[in-house]
Amino acid sequence: MLAIIAIVVMSLLFHGHTFAVLDPKGTIAEKQRNLIVFATSLCLLIVVPVFAMTFGIVWKYRESNINAKTRYEPEWDHSTKAEIVWWGFPLLLITILGVVTWQSSRALDPFRPIDSATAPITVKVVALQWKWLFIYPDQNIASVNLLQFPENTPLNLEITADAPMNSLWIPQLGGQIYAMAGMETQLHLMATHKGDFRGSSANLSGEGFAGMKFIARASSKADFDSWVQKAKQSPTGLSQAEYTQLAKPSINTAPFTYGWEDASVYDTVITKYMGPDPAHAAHATDEGNQASMETSYAN
Amino acid sequence: MLGRLGLDAFKHGFVVMGGVATMLAAILVVVGALFYFKRWKWLWNNWLTSLDPKKIGIMYILVATIMLLRGGADALMLRTQQAVSVGSNNGFLSADHFQQIFSAHGTLMIFFVAMGFIFGLLNLIVPLQIGSRDVAFPFLNSLSFWLYAAGVALVSLSLAVGEFSAAGWLAYPPLSGIAYSPGVGVDYWIWSLQIAGLGSLLSGVNFLVTIIKMRAPGMTLMKMPIFVWTALGSMVLVIFAFPILTATLTMLSLDRTLGMHFFTSDFGGNPMMYINLIWAWGHPEVYILILPAFGVFSEVVATFSRKRLFGYKSMVYAIAAITFLSFTVWLHHFFTMGAGADVNAFFGIMTAVIAVPTGVKVFNWLFTMYRGRIRITNSIRWFLGFVVTFTLGGVMGVLMSVPAIDFQAHNSLFLVAHFHTMIIGGVLFGYFAAFNYWFPKFAGFKLNERLGRYSFWCWLVGFLLAFTPLYILGIMGATRRLNHYDASLGWQWLFIVAAVGVVVIGLGVAFQLLQIGYSIFKRHENRVGSDPWDGRTLEWATPTPIPVYNFAIIPTVTERDAFWESKRSPVAPAKVRYEDIWMPKNSGAGIIIAGFAFVLGFAIIWHIWWLAVIGLIGAITTGIIRTNNEDSEYLIPAAEVERIETEARAKRELYA
Repeated sequence: MLAIIAIVVMSLLFHGHTFAVLDPKGTIAEKQRNLIVFATSLCLLIVVPVFAMTFGIVWKYRESNINAKTRYEPEWDHSTKAEIVWWGFPLLLITILGVVTWQSSRALDPFRPIDSATAPITVKVVALQWKWLFIYPDQNIASVNLLQFPENTPLNLEITADAPMNSLWIPQLGGQIYAMAGMETQLHLMATHKGDFRGSSANLSGEGFAGMKFIARASSKADFDSWVQKAKQSPTGLSQAEYTQLAKPSINTAPFTYGWEDASVYDTVITKYMGPDPAHAAHATDEGNQASMETSYAN
Repeated sequence: MLGRLGLDAFKHGFVVMGGVATMLAAILVVVGALFYFKRWKWLWNNWLTSLDPKKIGIMYILVATIMLLRGGADALMLRTQQAVSVGSNNGFLSADHFQQIFSAHGTLMIFFVAMGFIFGLLNLIVPLQIGSRDVAFPFLNSLSFWLYAAGVALVSLSLAVGEFSAAGWLAYPPLSGIAYSPGVGVDYWIWSLQIAGLGSLLSGVNFLVTIIKMRAPGMTLMKMPIFVWTALGSMVLVIFAFPILTATLTMLSLDRTLGMHFFTSDFGGNPMMYINLIWAWGHPEVYILILPAFGVFSEVVATFSRKRLFGYKSMVYAIAAITFLSFTVWLHHFFTMGAGADVNAFFGIMTAVIAVPTGVKVFNWLFTMYRGRIRITNSIRWFLGFVVTFTLGGVMGVLMSVPAIDFQAHNSLFLVAHFHTMIIGGVLFGYFAAFNYWFPKFAGFKLNERLGRYSFWCWLVGFLLAFTPLYILGIMGATRRLNHYDASLGWQWLFIVAAVGVVVIGLGVAFQLLQIGYSIFKRHENRVGSDPWDGRTLEWATPTPIPVYNFAIIPTVTERDAFWESKRSPVAPAKVRYEDIWMPKNSGAGIIIAGFAFVLGFAIIWHIWWLAVIGLIGAITTGIIRTNNEDSEYLIPAAEVERIETEARAKRELYA
């Protein structure tokens, strides 16, 4: 309740749209926002009494306030009833939170596809030094530092890195996931509004880290299609050679697109880290793409 | 001949040169003063070679304070950069330099400030509280301190010679691998932590054995002061956690130095393993720091409420629960790595569960004050500041324990604000409460109350100014470690407020230094006896100044608050018969071994292999020579003990 008031006051103070996490524009971020509000309220159930008690007790029992009526029991150091309350009540709250944690971890698992009548769009993402490469296998285009996609359509991101570990985060659409070399993570998002959202690199990745950001642009389906068409007119494609050029470290790269993409680029990025054992490389193409903790430990 | 070390290592920019100049000036002043006042021999005999835990504790605190000032200067540079580096302005620090500074800030504050303060405190208080004359292994204790000091020296040297790591305070690979960080920075980080970490582990063993074996007769485990319990929990964690750190850093250095592939992305290495291992140490580390602070608050609250600690057994169970649980939550530092939903949920729930025993402690403190007589001293002020900040920080922690929420907070300034709330509001405030509380026991005079109050309010207000904006920035999507951001985001004014907060905290530190200086200046007016706060535990039973042997006659304990009980029902002292006391002789071996360890670390960092061999052989040889020294103790005859005690009693009556 207090949290909600605080949030309202803050959103007024900060003109809404910059207040990313509490101003969701996608289904996942919205559920995460609701979780934050719920968990905060739950915690306040215990914080408010603690604060009230702290100051009440200190005020009443401070030595300068002692009078004949103030009780003083220097030997009183135990009360089973009281202790049951303060082991039990927090435990109850944590149990409730535990149930919510369990359910939300499954419901909002970044690897879990979003249920929707609309067919999803898949984008393969590579974190580079220091820019993001987005490959659209179905549209046969690629872009750098610009992730455009239709609104109300599930967005399936398959993420890897050809650089130090990074983390892909679009706060207004949903939480982040690491991008790691030699393996793939997934992030499923869906924008419910049109707009340009700030995409960032959340994990330190070296010198150009601060400038490594991208635009996540949710547009209408028609606008997306025309963007794809426009991109296709570019003569430069993402060939292996072109990729090698792109992968060289650079900072503050302005967004641009590639007219076509070599379907093998993404797989090569992942499998090149799987050497030198050829068994690993073969393994990588099928199971390696499911890179979860378990498969990676097996490597 | 000199490995990677060349003239380039000494070329720095303007800002670093300023730092180096300050450091050199400070060293010159100290060295000059020692020559001028002819105090070298005094320094060597009374301090550097001393095995007295009271002196070792003070040296820890002195070094940690210097490191706090350096880490604070780092913080000020970071926030100043972020306050100005917007849009077309790139600030005054390059990206690489900025990254070195925050890596150094985190490393210094955790390893060399917080750890230094905690071990200093344990050295000062644990032997006294358990009624012991010393720690279990006095020489090892000195060695631990000097290894810590060697780590400090190495990390400080990185400012002048070469560079420091720019890979963050935990140096995640592959960024910290040789492919992406080819310089000496990460090696400085590794070797200063390896050397200091070894000292921490040895201290952990030492204090665990001390607490288990050296308690006064009658002091069963359930009669130990709570501070000793928290120290015990903390040392158990040190013993389990620090070997993980040592092993992990060893593997990282093998990757970097010998081209192995434990944590590289390719050739079968696995950076995720590093992140798991470093946090399997790193999360317990948080509790290594915070548990003793909980202990301090337990002592402070009971003493200043003139009341027994409420729910002692609850406290002990809570400490044990926290000690155990702290090893079951490490994965919450990387929910975003892509482990399955069930794994994340497990670690999320375990994390939230820790809030229960922690909350219990808060309630127990509150009920200790309830129906007590609370003296509002500076120690109590720090406690109240702690309750406010720590509870709020704890709530933020519980929020982030839900993986789905953590995805939106991880690596953001929200997270940064959270752990600073815990470390500053918890560990540091606890340490400051301890400092105000126990200072008169060791100095013989109280700290100035008014200046202490000023420093408290500056710290509290500065803390809120510095970190509330970071919570808000995190929710606005600001990630940590940004040396530059776009003006359109509307973040700048919050960063400016945060920078102002750092300045206000700086004022708080200035008041603390002033408080110490002024109190020393006015010491004759503020003299107190051996028990200025009407204390409850055995440390207050010793005379002030505390004799080198602490207790002429080892007390026999029958009750929990042993000293409080003995004051309530004083037994007429029978004719005391003093005995001869054996105490350990001074030893220079600790400082010499640590000196060789420093040389070893420096040589490995720069690949000067012949020097590394000298360092290694030197350290081992000195160790062997020391172990074969049979003549390591001296005798204080009973007559001398009686003289010291009679003098002390006369003094005690003077201030009674």
